[in-house]
Amino acid sequence: NTGNEWGTEEPLKEEVTGLAVNVDLQTDATLQVDISDALSERDKVKFTVHTKSTLPNFKQNEFSVVRQHEEFIWLHDSFVENEEYAGYIIPPAPPRPDFDASREKLQKLGEGEGSMTKEEFTKMKQELEAEYLAIFKKTVAMHEVFLCRVAAHPVLRKDMNFHVFLEYNQDLSVRGKNKREKMEDFFKNVVKSADGVLVAGVKDVDDFFEHEKTFLLEYHNRVKDASSKSDRMIRSHKSAADDINRIASTLYTLGTQDSTDVCKFFLKVSELFEKTRKIEARVAADEDLKLADLLKYYLRESQAAKDLLYRRGRALVDYENANKALDKARAKNKDVLQAETSQQVCCQKFEKISESAKQELIDFKTRRVAAFRKNLVELAELELKHAKGNLQLLQSCVGVLKGDT
Amino acid sequence: MAASSPRNPPPLPGADNQDPLSEMADEDSDEGEDIFVGNSNPVAESFQTDTANGEEPADLFSEEEISTTVNSSITTTKSNGVHSDNENDLFAEASVELSMENPSTIARENPTTTAKTSGAEFTPSRTQTQPKSIEQLEEDKDEDSFDMDVAVTNPEKIGDGMNAYIAYKVSTRTTLPMFKNRTFSVWRRFSDFLGLYEKLSVKHSLNGCIIPPPPEKSIVGMTKVKVGKEDSSSADFVETRRAALERYLQRVVCHPSLLQDPDVREFLERDELPRAVGTHTLSGAGFLKMINRASDAVSKMTVKISDSDAWFDNKLQEVESEELQLRKLHAVVESLVNHRKELCGNTAVFAKSMAMLGNSEDNTALSRALSQLAEVEDKMETLHQEQAASDFFILAELLADYIRLLGAVRGCFEQRMKTWQRWQEAQSTLQKKREVEAKLLWANKPDKLQQAKEEITEWEGKVTQYERDFDRISVTVRKEFLRFEKEKSKDFKSQIVKYLESLLQSQQRLVKFWEAFLPEAKAIG
Repeated sequence: NTGNEWGTEEPLKEEVTGLAVNVDLQTDATLQVDISDALSERDKVKFTVHTKSTLPNFKQNEFSVVRQHEEFIWLHDSFVENEEYAGYIIPPAPPRPDFDASREKLQKLGEGEGSMTKEEFTKMKQELEAEYLAIFKKTVAMHEVFLCRVAAHPVLRKDMNFHVFLEYNQDLSVRGKNKREKMEDFFKNVVKSADGVLVAGVKDVDDFFEHEKTFLLEYHNRVKDASSKSDRMIRSHKSAADDINRIASTLYTLGTQDSTDVCKFFLKVSELFEKTRKIEARVAADEDLKLADLLKYYLRESQAAKDLLYRRGRALVDYENANKALDKARAKNKDVLQAETSQQVCCQKFEKISESAKQELIDFKTRRVAAFRKNLVELAELELKHAKGNLQLLQSCVGVLKGDT
Repeated sequence: MAASSPRNPPPLPGADNQDPLSEMADEDSDEGEDIFVGNSNPVAESFQTDTANGEEPADLFSEEEISTTVNSSITTTKSNGVHSDNENDLFAEASVELSMENPSTIARENPTTTAKTSGAEFTPSRTQTQPKSIEQLEEDKDEDSFDMDVAVTNPEKIGDGMNAYIAYKVSTRTTLPMFKNRTFSVWRRFSDFLGLYEKLSVKHSLNGCIIPPPPEKSIVGMTKVKVGKEDSSSADFVETRRAALERYLQRVVCHPSLLQDPDVREFLERDELPRAVGTHTLSGAGFLKMINRASDAVSKMTVKISDSDAWFDNKLQEVESEELQLRKLHAVVESLVNHRKELCGNTAVFAKSMAMLGNSEDNTALSRALSQLAEVEDKMETLHQEQAASDFFILAELLADYIRLLGAVRGCFEQRMKTWQRWQEAQSTLQKKREVEAKLLWANKPDKLQQAKEEITEWEGKVTQYERDFDRISVTVRKEFLRFEKEKSKDFKSQIVKYLESLLQSQQRLVKFWEAFLPEAKAIG
């Protein structure tokens, strides 16, 4: 059960697993990971990571630990920094839980309490609570998806750090990065992007990778665009639903001023709007889940795929440079052995990455198509369900109102 | 309609317009409508001298904040209107087609077709068949059923540059004998409508009539039109105004007393109307301002008139609180319109980006599905646009109209208060005169005594007259108010149902869109 700073207990599980953006999660009996519970405290979220496994590596078959966001990041970064995994798409890290906006709204509501009626206040509080809960569920889902992707990956699932993450029931003592480390990261990224540009410029002999490079670059940009546009659209939708809410309230006030038949009329319409705006709010929320979140996720995954291509490109450049160095050494007949070993290392590294990268990119495509299919179908079904619900409400209300007049 | 009474010489300044009314007192008919006959221009002139015309001749509908009893939390308040300067930005991005699809178009295209279209949209002038319930009214004979439809259509820009204006075709269809023809049209411009309002105000509001207010002037909106901006915002502005003028006229002809006014007939029938020159200099403007300022003073008085006054007090309170709520509601509806427009724009942009994404996608089936989704979103954009138009033209404008009307109702109540005040003051003056007489009697000054007696007689007459005026206006206000309530109830019900039906249609189309898309989504993979 989840408790949160609102003091309400809310069941968690109902929608979380349905949110799995990545469809290709083999329910492999050898290792199953999920987030069975979560607790939101003042400034952090505690996730209960639950594992079921038949693998010999673990002491028990089923166990749980509590983890925080920073520990997920630690795990993700450890994958990225591991040279052995250079040839894989590292599952993107979950975004930091962000309740700031929600908290701000709550604060504003508290400040404005004096200027609104009790009903209005209660109503708005309920909505903010619902919003908070939705954000909460989302962040849980995203953390879960990350773990599931790792567990599903044939190589990453064997990673030591991953096992420690799953099993070690004490705090991992992973502190967040301090300022200096963050600066280092920043510069690393700058260097990487500059490098990335250079590396991308190198034409690849391999058609497959050349095509993938072009494709991913364009795709990533367009997903980014679609993601931000979808957010904006959904925000407007939510605002419109909020307005309908206020209309319902004001109509209610008008309706309670008297008991004339026009007042009764207002009350009925107010009731209708109350219901339709709940549906509108659900529509916006479902669009958010099925469309906006989908796009956001593939924004991150396509970035991870790009990173893989970059690493391969880097390895290729290193290999080519090593070749040139070897030629030079042979020509001068100086340090030839050293150059030979260096060239061999680079060659192996490059070939290893290339081999796994190809499969990873193919899998990425498969996963992507499946995820889009699942979410678009669900989106259409939900939109239909809500539109039909709205329609029914409107039809019955109009019928009643016309009958009365 | 009674024959027009002989013109009265302009009353002396300072003497209130008692002459036409004292004439009526002789006839003492209880026909409500006759009260207003004969209140022609002399009244206007006398009034003009009375009112402070050293005043800045600001327009009747200028944007100053005059209203009194409105809650201070509302920021845009005008004497008669509701909109802020931004009204014309409402549809800055909507296409011109918008104006073609809104419900008012029905009336526009067929001004001479059945009453159902134009008349029935707002205040069907035809159905005033039943007299009002007996408990309220003595005089019912003026509630004949009559067949009368007006429509305002075909806005056309005449002229160029800053002297340009929009001319509207005002078409009437009627079976009433007082008109020369059964169907006829004239061309009118906005200032003509304002002129009509001011003439009617001057004549009838003193008697407690609720005069429907016309739409507000809009300098910004008109300037855009004049300057020749052929964009959607000026098209929307013109359409909004046309619809508002139509509703205004429909309310006027719906009013049994106002319909009898020769100015109304002239407005509808006469080919060339003398230009309402400088509508801001007409007495109506000063008159209305005075009413509003007077209401300030009056509402601060905590005087009880009489026990029967409880009805008026209650009703005034109801009106005030209703006006407050309507203003609130209007503000929220405007917010909804804006958010829907925003949603419309954002959906269009999103649709494009989905199309682009579909193009990049190298899986064929997914690519096609994404393009289809982009198309669905495009259709949703159109849907949102039309819905925003409904929100505005059906709901927001309804609220705006009634906010203005409630202002007029308040003015009406305040007019009654003024009449009461006048009576009371006359009574106290009479009392003073009597005291003077008593003193003179005691002091034994026969010559002054004579004058004193004459004055007493004069003031006794006035007191009687003013009391009668007060009773009469009370009856009128009551009748007017009940009629107004009935109209309002009908209006709100029909408009809101219409709005809900538009919502219904939107949802039906939504269902179709998604039903078409679902198989496409399932076909992926």
